[in-house]
Amino acid sequence: MYDSYTETSLRYDPDRCVNCRRCTQVCPHAVFAEGPDRVELARPAACMECGACALNCPVQAITVQSGVGCAWAMIAAALRGKDMDTECSCGGDDGSCCG
Amino acid sequence: MDTEERTGSRCSCSAGPQAESPCCSAGTPPAGEVGTTTSTITSADRLDHLLARWGWNRNGHRVEPGLYRLGSPTADSPVFASANYTLSFDALRSALAGVDAWILVLDTHGINVWCAAGKGTFGTDELVRRIRAADLASVVAHRKIIVPQLGAPGISSQEVARRSGFAVEYGPVRARDLPEYLTTHTATPAMRRVEFPVADRLVLTPVELVIALPMFLAAIVLWFLAGPVAALAAVATILTGTVLFPILLPFIPTRDFSTKGMILGAVVALPFAFSFGTSPALPTWAGALAAAATLLVMSAVVSYLALNFTGSSTFTSRTGVKKEIFRYVPVMAVMAAAGLLAGIALGVSRLMGAI
Repeated sequence: MYDSYTETSLRYDPDRCVNCRRCTQVCPHAVFAEGPDRVELARPAACMECGACALNCPVQAITVQSGVGCAWAMIAAALRGKDMDTECSCGGDDGSCCG
Repeated sequence: MDTEERTGSRCSCSAGPQAESPCCSAGTPPAGEVGTTTSTITSADRLDHLLARWGWNRNGHRVEPGLYRLGSPTADSPVFASANYTLSFDALRSALAGVDAWILVLDTHGINVWCAAGKGTFGTDELVRRIRAADLASVVAHRKIIVPQLGAPGISSQEVARRSGFAVEYGPVRARDLPEYLTTHTATPAMRRVEFPVADRLVLTPVELVIALPMFLAAIVLWFLAGPVAALAAVATILTGTVLFPILLPFIPTRDFSTKGMILGAVVALPFAFSFGTSPALPTWAGALAAAATLLVMSAVVSYLALNFTGSSTFTSRTGVKKEIFRYVPVMAVMAAAGLLAGIALGVSRLMGAI
C-alpha cells in the first residue's frame, strides 16, 4: 500500500546476455549491475521504464513497456476513451511534463 | 525489431514533419553547411533560459539543427550530439569550454534530450539523418559520436552503427561532467545516475505554477462567494501543489505522489479548516462542515497536482503512475465532490438565511 512502484514491466533474460554492459551504461537508475560473467538485475524496482536498456541491448535480452510516466496525459487519454499507453501530449503547450 | 516493438508504447504526438517549426523554416542552412558556436553563455542566453524556465513561448527555445564547430576542431576532434533546445545545447557548449569539438544538433522540436528521446524525436532515425546531412563521414576521420546518456531511450546504438557506420559512445548524464569524462572516456557510476536534488526540483516549479495559473480564477471566485480567507486557501492550495510539493518531495511520507500530496494538502489545509471551524459567525454544524469541506478539497487538489508532478520527476515508471491513477483519482474525485457539495450546502444555507 502507498507504493505503486514495486513492480515494473522490465523483463531480463540473463541466458541471452553477452555481457556487453551497454545496459549498465544507459540506465539512469543503476538497475543493472556488472556481474562475474553476465549483467545482473540489481535494482528492478528502481526501473522507470525509459526503455534505454532494451533499445540498446544487441541480443534482445531485455524487454520493457517503455513510456513517459506522465499522469496528465494518461488521465486525459483515459477521459477521452483513448488508450492510456499510446497517448501522450508531453512537450506541448498543454502538458506539465517534460520540463 | 526493437524499434517496432517500442512504437506501440511511444508517445504519438508531434511525430509529424518538423519543417513548419518557426525557427527552422527561416534560414535553414543547406545540407553540409557548418555553423559556428562558442562556449560563452551571454546575458541574452541567460534571459532565454529564464524565459524557458517560466514557460514563456515554451516550444520556441530552439537552435538551428545541424553541425556546429566549437573552437577549432579538426578531423580528429570529438563529435557530440545534442538537442535543438537552447538549454540542452547551451549546457553542452558551455561545459566544453576549451575543447575543440563538433556538435551535431538534432531536430527535437525544441524539446530537451531526455524527453525527446522518450518520444523518439531524439532518435535513431534523426541521428542517422543528421549524420548523413552533415556528411559527418567526410568531416571527421574517426567514426565515433558521443551521445548524452539520456538520449539512449531514443537511440539504438547498434542500429546507428549499422546504418551510419558511426559508433555511439554514451557520455555522462550531465554535460558538466564532460571535462572529467573526456580524460578517460569512462563515466563513473555517479555520472551515470539521475538524481532529483532540490535545485533540479526547484527549477521546475515556475512552469508548474504557470500551467496552474487558470486555477487562480477559483481564488477570485471564492473571494466573492466566501470571503478573503477562502480565497487565500485557494491560493495556498495551488502554491502547495506546484511549488511546495516539488521542494518537499523526498521528505513527505509514503512513496506514491498522490498520497504525499494528500498528506501535504491536509497539513496546509489545517489552519484554514481551524479558522472556518472556529469562526464565531458560523453555528457549530456549519463551522464543522466548512472545516471538513476545506480539508477534503484542499487535500484532493494538492494530491492531483502532486500526481501530475510524476511527469516532471526523474524516476516514476509508467506502470506505477498508471497504478496511482486507478488507485487514487477516484478517491480524489469523491473527496473533491464531497467537499464541493458541503460548500454548496453552506452557500445555499447562507442565501436562505439559515446561517
